Amino acid sequence: MDVMKKVPVREQDPKVRATNFAEVCYGYNEEEAVAEAERCLNCKNARCIAGCPVNIDIPAFINEVKEKRYEDAANTIAKSSALPAVCGRVCPQESQCEGKCVRGIKGEPISIGKLERFVADWSREHGFVPKAAEEKLGKKVAVIGSGPAGLTCAGDLAKLGYDVTIFEALHEPGGVLTYGIPEFRLPKQGVVQPEIDNVRKLGVKIETNVIIGKSVTVDELMDEEGFSAVFIGSGAGLPKFMGIPGENANGVFSANEYLTRSNLMKAFRDDYDTPISTNKKVVVVGGGNVAMDAARTALRLGAEVHVVYRRSEAELPARVEEVHHAKEEGVIFDLLTNPVEILVDEKGWVKGMTVIRMELGEPDASGRRRPVEVPGSEFTIDCDAVIMSLGTSPNPLISSTTGGLEINKHRCIVADEKNGQTSREGVFAGGDAVTGAATVILAMEAGKAGARGIHEYLSNK
Amino acid sequence: MYPILKAEKLADKIHLMVVKAPRVAKNCQPGEFVIVKIDEAGERIPLTICDYDREEGTVTIVFQIVGASTDRMAELKTGDQFRDVVGPLGNPSEFVKEDLEELKKKKYLFVAGGVGTAPVYPQVKWLKEHGIDADVIMGSKTKDLLILEKEMEAVAGNLYVTTDDGSYMRKGMVTEVIKDLVVNQGKKYDVCVAIGPMIMMKFVCLLTKELGLPTIVSLNPIMVDGTGMCGACRVTVGDSVKFACVDGPEFDGHAVNFDEAMKRQQMYKTEEGRALLKLREGDTHHGGCGHCSDN
Repeated sequence: MDVMKKVPVREQDPKVRATNFAEVCYGYNEEEAVAEAERCLNCKNARCIAGCPVNIDIPAFINEVKEKRYEDAANTIAKSSALPAVCGRVCPQESQCEGKCVRGIKGEPISIGKLERFVADWSREHGFVPKAAEEKLGKKVAVIGSGPAGLTCAGDLAKLGYDVTIFEALHEPGGVLTYGIPEFRLPKQGVVQPEIDNVRKLGVKIETNVIIGKSVTVDELMDEEGFSAVFIGSGAGLPKFMGIPGENANGVFSANEYLTRSNLMKAFRDDYDTPISTNKKVVVVGGGNVAMDAARTALRLGAEVHVVYRRSEAELPARVEEVHHAKEEGVIFDLLTNPVEILVDEKGWVKGMTVIRMELGEPDASGRRRPVEVPGSEFTIDCDAVIMSLGTSPNPLISSTTGGLEINKHRCIVADEKNGQTSREGVFAGGDAVTGAATVILAMEAGKAGARGIHEYLSNK
Repeated sequence: MYPILKAEKLADKIHLMVVKAPRVAKNCQPGEFVIVKIDEAGERIPLTICDYDREEGTVTIVFQIVGASTDRMAELKTGDQFRDVVGPLGNPSEFVKEDLEELKKKKYLFVAGGVGTAPVYPQVKWLKEHGIDADVIMGSKTKDLLILEKEMEAVAGNLYVTTDDGSYMRKGMVTEVIKDLVVNQGKKYDVCVAIGPMIMMKFVCLLTKELGLPTIVSLNPIMVDGTGMCGACRVTVGDSVKFACVDGPEFDGHAVNFDEAMKRQQMYKTEEGRALLKLREGDTHHGGCGHCSDN
């Protein structure tokens, strides 16, 4: 075995998986996990820990895997993360833990994500249950939103002994883990549900179908229902559109709509009532993880799929693995290309898209080279559906119905990064509701910070 | 789970249910809607709230069978339950927030078409409870499809009922009644609220624009989550694109692009293997307007 190279992970054959919704990656078995763990240098000054937003003691758990002490490894991870089976699958490891790995300087970094996933899957399969707090503090905390930020915050507070209730607007908990990330990347019954159940086992209650700001307000939760503190982790749910002609034609969807139909409503299954558009040729606009998810979902529903992105491959914001998987499965990338207009037939349906070639100019505020149009380079792509995946912004429902809650010009809630404290006493916030659309793990980091902030606040009260 | 305390068939394919949903009943207002889901496999169905009882913690919904999920919903009986009921969603009708003294100076004309009678009812009732008598026009394709007539009679000022085929009361379209009241009888109205099939609302708006009568319509387009997340319910109002779920469902009828909205309504009509969904257009297209040729 080449110690410079990762132990390869087994995956479903691209041709086969392009036609099904089963998970792409099989993950490591015991033998493979131990072999990969043995590559770890167990650095004294472990840079990977600093690269992890929730600071998992990575060398410790990898060492425990090496010694086949998997339950200990699960405990080590559980100290920092409530959702290891999720994070092992969806974290952008290449820019976090694995990006800092010393092995990665000369060879390939340790496959930290796959090892985390192995430990999480092993502990689920072996009935490992996280420990609930022994002593209850008798104080009620409300958590708004059951996505990564909310679940993490609720889990941490429950471990400290708080009586925590999560309020979820949709009919299923999980937030983006449930409605956004597809089955083939993050199985719902196999992975997401058990992780949510683990948070419940810590004593957290989850009430679905409650829209804070409409069904009940933050003020009512605190004044009438006896909650001493509130954490807002309501995410960034509002889809953006481009504002180009033809965008309201039939067959133009937000990635949110398309993915919600498929993931939350299970429209890809015949035994569910919700319909989803099945198409011959789909154009997905955008280059993030959500765009990859939408593209690969459309592909599995039988379409030829083109990703139209205005910058080059180097700037694609998606995880490297997602882009790699999408290409393997047959998604076509039309890079340095930008939509100008959606072409509509006489019945109001999409029939194509006019796009223009782009080239990269000087770096912009984000540090990435700014794409500029190449004059006269317009051309047409025939298609019968367009999926807009241009990012999302926070829903104003909560901020507009909660007195004294400061928001910024992007409608994001203003909160202290260290402890989630907002401008309103007793109200904390974190995740996409504060930062705008980001990643699962950054939302979890904010959920942890919020739990710390709430504990500190209620301890001194 | 949300138990059904009463289930009643109002007319062919039109059902009324009283559902226990305390959080919705506590804070809901006329104009707002709920989303219900019958079971694990069901669709999320948006329905405007028809009535509510804060003490009992119940809301009343009225729906028409238009697809697979509503077809199964129609089978539910007293004692059965919905897996999910969420709300209230959308914004209350504008008059709820208006100064009551100012409001009392205004004369309202409601136009209810078909199942659109259900969302009109709580508005007229609210006004009645606040000492304001509003005139109501109810239109239906035929006598047998007329719903909530007695209930409406109890809360409306003047009630005008019309059927397309003349099988009951007046014969003709709701627009003819509006014309009769405003032009022939010289009645003065400050606001018209029209709720019913999209095509009815379009023609009411064309007429009231001509008559200089400001008109509010309530849209019930295709939506998934109802909280602003999916954007399926987008509708062009004037120069801007709005989400019916969070910006509406009520809009200035004279600014709504009805032709686009009607095209969008058809979106899932052609999906394969969704046999009952071919009826989805019926969602807002259930007679009573007199303009439907294929209904």
